[in-house]
Parts: sequence; C-alpha cells; structure tokens
Amino acid sequence: MERNLMKGNEALAEAAIRAGCKCFFGYPITPQTELAAYMAKRMHKAGGVFLQAESEIAAINMVLGAASTGVRAMTSSSSPGVSLKSEGVSYIAGSDLPAVIINVQRGGPGLGGIQPSQADYWQATKALGHGDFQLIVYAPASVQEMVDFVVKAFDSADKYRMPVMILADGLLGQMMEPVSFPEINPDAYDKSSWAANGHGFKREHHIINSLYLKPDELEKSVVDRYKKYDIIKETETDAELYLTEDCDILLCAFGATARVVKSAVNDARAQGIKAGLFRPKTLWPFPVKEINEAAKNAKVLLSVEMSMGQMVDDIKLAINCSKPVEFYGRTGGVIPTPVEVLEQIKKIGGTL
Amino acid sequence: MAVVFERPKSLIDVPTHYCPGCTHGIVHRILAEVIDEMGIEGDTIGVCPVGCSVMAYDYFNCDMIEAAHGRAPAVATGVKRTNPDKFVFTYQGDGDLAAIGTAETVHVAARGENIVVIFINNTIYGMTGGQMAPTTLPGQVTQTTPFGRDPRLAGYPVRVSEMVATLSGTALAQRVAVDSIPHIRDAKKAIRKAFENQKAGKGLSLVEVLSTCPTNWGLTPVEAIKRLQDEMIPYYPLGVYKDVDEGVFPKEGGEE
Amino acid sequence: MAKMTVITERCKGCALCTTACPKKIVELQKEKRNKKGYFYAVCTDESQCIGCAMCAMMCPDCAIVVEK
Repeated sequence: MERNLMKGNEALAEAAIRAGCKCFFGYPITPQTELAAYMAKRMHKAGGVFLQAESEIAAINMVLGAASTGVRAMTSSSSPGVSLKSEGVSYIAGSDLPAVIINVQRGGPGLGGIQPSQADYWQATKALGHGDFQLIVYAPASVQEMVDFVVKAFDSADKYRMPVMILADGLLGQMMEPVSFPEINPDAYDKSSWAANGHGFKREHHIINSLYLKPDELEKSVVDRYKKYDIIKETETDAELYLTEDCDILLCAFGATARVVKSAVNDARAQGIKAGLFRPKTLWPFPVKEINEAAKNAKVLLSVEMSMGQMVDDIKLAINCSKPVEFYGRTGGVIPTPVEVLEQIKKIGGTL
Repeated sequence: MAVVFERPKSLIDVPTHYCPGCTHGIVHRILAEVIDEMGIEGDTIGVCPVGCSVMAYDYFNCDMIEAAHGRAPAVATGVKRTNPDKFVFTYQGDGDLAAIGTAETVHVAARGENIVVIFINNTIYGMTGGQMAPTTLPGQVTQTTPFGRDPRLAGYPVRVSEMVATLSGTALAQRVAVDSIPHIRDAKKAIRKAFENQKAGKGLSLVEVLSTCPTNWGLTPVEAIKRLQDEMIPYYPLGVYKDVDEGVFPKEGGEE
Repeated sequence: MAKMTVITERCKGCALCTTACPKKIVELQKEKRNKKGYFYAVCTDESQCIGCAMCAMMCPDCAIVVEK
C-alpha cells in the first residue's frame, strides 16, 4: 500500500475527500488551518465545494444546509472556534443530520493559547451545545488514525444520522507521519427518505427541523434519539489495551498524550513496574467494557491528560469507583513528558 | 363561472398560526404564487428563520429547512453550493436578518450567493412578544423601549435594502410593501424577478417587504396598514436600490 | 357574473378585505362567528361583484375564492 508522509491536519482533509466529503466550510484558526488550506487546494479538483465562511457560526450552519440535502459535509476548527459552532451542532443533532466536526484542540479557556490541549474533553463528550444530545467522539493518537477515524466518522454519521466529532489536538494536527489511505468506498447510505433536496413532484415535501412546540412531541424525539445512543453505546466503543493483562497500575490516556504515556509504560516495565495503558479511541461512547477488562487486575488507575483531569470522572463511573483513580496532567499547552509520567508511576507504584 | 382566484398549490391548505391581519400570510401567498407560476416547487428548497415565520415549513409545499436564529443565509449557502441547480430561498424577519444574523446577511450578499432572500420588516420582534427590532423606528414604543426608541440609548434603525445594495454580490435589492393592492402586485413582481435572477445565476436577490404586526403594535389590522403607510414608508422608502442587468460576476472569470 | 366566497372557517376577521373592495360590498358581519370565534367577512351584494379579486389578494389567510 502506498505510504505518504503527511501532516496530521492535511491527512484529515485528504481522508475526508476520499471518504466522499463533498463540501468543507471553515474559518481560519490555529492550529488547524492547514486543513482548510488543503481543502482549498484539493476540493474543487475532487468535484466538491470549499468555502471560507465569514465565521465559525456561519460555517457550521453551511454544514447544516449541505447535510440537509443529503451531502457529506464537514467543518473543522480549534477550541475557541468549536465553542462558536456549538449552537449549530445542537441544531444538527436536533435535526438528526449527519455531519463531521473536527476539533484540533488548543489551550483554553478564552483565547487561551495555540499549543496542544485536551481541555475540550468535557465540551465534546458532555456539552457541545444546549439540550439533550450526544456526539460520537473519536480520539485519534496518530496521523494514521486521523485518516482511519475520519472515514469511520462519516460512516457513523450517516449510519446514525448524527453529528460526529474527531477530537484531535494541536500536536497531532501539526506532526508528520507516514500514512496510507485505505480503499474507501463511501457507503451508499440511502438518504432519500429525509433529504431536503427538492421533491421533484415525486414525493411529499421533506422538512428538516428541530422545533417541537408540544412538550410530549419534543420528549418523544429526544427519547427516540437516546434509544439510538443506547445502540451506539453497545456497539461503537473502541479502545487500545496495551500491556494490561497483568498490570498493577493502569494508565489511562487518549490522543497524543497516550503516545507519551506509552513510552512511560515501557520505561516502567523496564524497571520492573507492571504498568499498562488503556487508551480510549471513542470518548463518547466511553469504552466501559474495555476499561473494566483492562483494569481487572490493576490496583490503581492513573489518568494522564493535557487538561485538569476532565476524563477522571468518566473513568470512575466506568469502573464504578471500585479502585482508586489518580490523576496527572499538564494544561495550557504544556505537553507532559515520559519522565514526568514515569515519576508519577513510581510515586504511585511505590505505595502498592 | 371559472375560479379566478384561489390558494396557490405550493401553499399547503392549512390554517396558519399567524394573528388576524398579519401580513406574513400575504407574503407567503405571493411567494407561493411565484413558485407555482415558475413551476419550480419540486426544485425549490426554502429556509425558515426563527421568529413568527419559524413554522413556514408547515405552509410551503416545497422542501423546507428550519435554521437557527439569523443563520438562514448560511444554511441556504450550504444548500445552494451543493445543489446549484435548485432554487433556494430564505424567509427572514428583521430580528433574524438585521440583528443576530447581520454577518450572514452581509456576507451572503458579498459572496453573491445565487439565492433569494425574502426579508420581512415589521419594525418589531413578533414571536417573543413585541420587543425592539433593529428596524424599530425612533420613538416607537415596544416592550423593551417602553418610552419610545431613543437613538441615544438604543441606536438607529438599520436600512437593510440600502446597505445590501452597496455590496458587489447583490443583484437585486428592492423594498416593497403589502399595504395595498398595487403594492402587493409590485411585491410579487419583485419576488418573481428575484427568482428569475436566481434562474439566470445573477447573484444575491433581496426583497425587503414592509409588513405589519397588529398584535404587537397594539393596533387593529386596518390601523396597522395605515401605520405602515404613514410611518414606515417615509422612513423606509419603497424602491429598487440595486438591480443589475448582467450577473454580479464577470462572465469569463478574472477580477471584477 | 362574478362571485366571491369566503371560506368562513379560515377567516380571522381582520377586515383587510373590506378595505380592498372597490365596490365596498365586503363587510365584517357582526352576528355570526366561526368555530374560532371570529366574525367573518361576507359579501353584502353579490350582484355588484366584478370579480376583481382584490379582496382575495388582500386576504392574509387565503380565505377568499373568486369566480368569474
């Protein structure tokens, strides 16, 4: 298979085009702008639409419009820009539209910084907009996974008619790695029963809408959506378990941080400490079965994040608080080093 | 005897939720008449705003999308860019188009998006119960300007047609009214022209329709029509503010 | 011969049609209400109707059909 050296942001874009993404609407923001720039160069040749919107808000609503007509549509941004998109994401969820949203995270809150961060975990998994809804959230940890998860994201979005997020970070977006592109046949999901692309006098008119003025009707629409979420929780979780079979200390990390943690786990093993790594690839749904499998022999868990510990609660809930969950993190754009993580492992390991 | 006037086919045969005398109904009808006369219902996608006309999706027989407040032009852009052969219109009120959605309005015009924007100016927020709109006249009493709109506190109204006419991507910017039969006829002609522009790929066509809100103005429907004539038209003069012969973009590419 | 017919259940009694009629033969009667409680419009003298449809054009509720 052909392998190309590509920057994470560009790999996201190329994968989207290959996955049949027909339009990209975006707005410049560091550290994800290369994605838009790549789209600007490539999209029209691929027969699609690239448009730089006047704002993040407009961009996500352009996605809503395109997705309403049954077209694969995507937008991308970084943390502050994703906050602006949250209104549109809520409408997309409430209208049962498929769409892919990429967040190449940077430090926050506010304007924050432009260095990598994972401090939008809560936003992505709990509260990306008003109302009762969820997104499927994929967390790639390599440029190759950027490619693979984008393809998956478009399929999941179409399959479940819902917004799907790729939660990357500035480190993954900016780094270069060899990637190969799988043969992609954009699944032909039949959207003819709902797409608003002109009825051609052949069917009833279609309405794309998230307004239900009668409470019982709104409740029903939300409850139906949650039935769909139950299926997703059952079938779509994904995680990597690394050296977890016999581990005493189970480290938990996602995205770029998991790469650092993997090094620290290897270093710990070299020193005779039984460490393992649980890396969720889906942050929502959280891989509950997988973490329980990984933690079955562990005495303590250690979540390592580029935030103040936003994943810790999900871990505690997933294991039913059956074991202590420690936390080590750096935030504001600071990337934890393997040395720092190893120190934490030793500190906790010493008490075992 | 033959029927010489009845409901247009692209307007679904249901009662509307609009208050008695609300002119949304007139604008809906003439818009639907244009869609019927052009035979384009099957190729048309409409985008509703947030405001009184939020439920216009229940009234038009073409495919409809309900947008977030102010975002209809962005939604319409997404639809049109991916379906350039279809007819796309937005139907927006003044709060939607000229306050929260001002950026979308300006840029849809600047980009020369080949869509139709129907803009209902009734100088008030209707759905939320009569608050100041960006188009509320100086001195006008609303729920949030209880002593009359004082420009020193609340600023001046926005004249949308004039503003949009200054943008290069605008093919048509016209202000009409639905207060009388001649004006209703003119309004329909303007809407027809806007859709013909879209057919010819000319660029953004905006038709601003001066309308009434009897309920929130505290007037009877007949008094409301009079207020439109006596107070609104002098401040918002009817007329064509921009009307290009050719499209807004050069034919053979290159710079404008 | 011309005739305007009010779809009484659709009429909201706004009276805009009464202002549009050039023959002044459309009125809001004050005796009968429709199911929603509105006094609906009527034609007071069918013989004078010229079928111009101005009443219908002014109606916000498509509540008037005109024949000629």
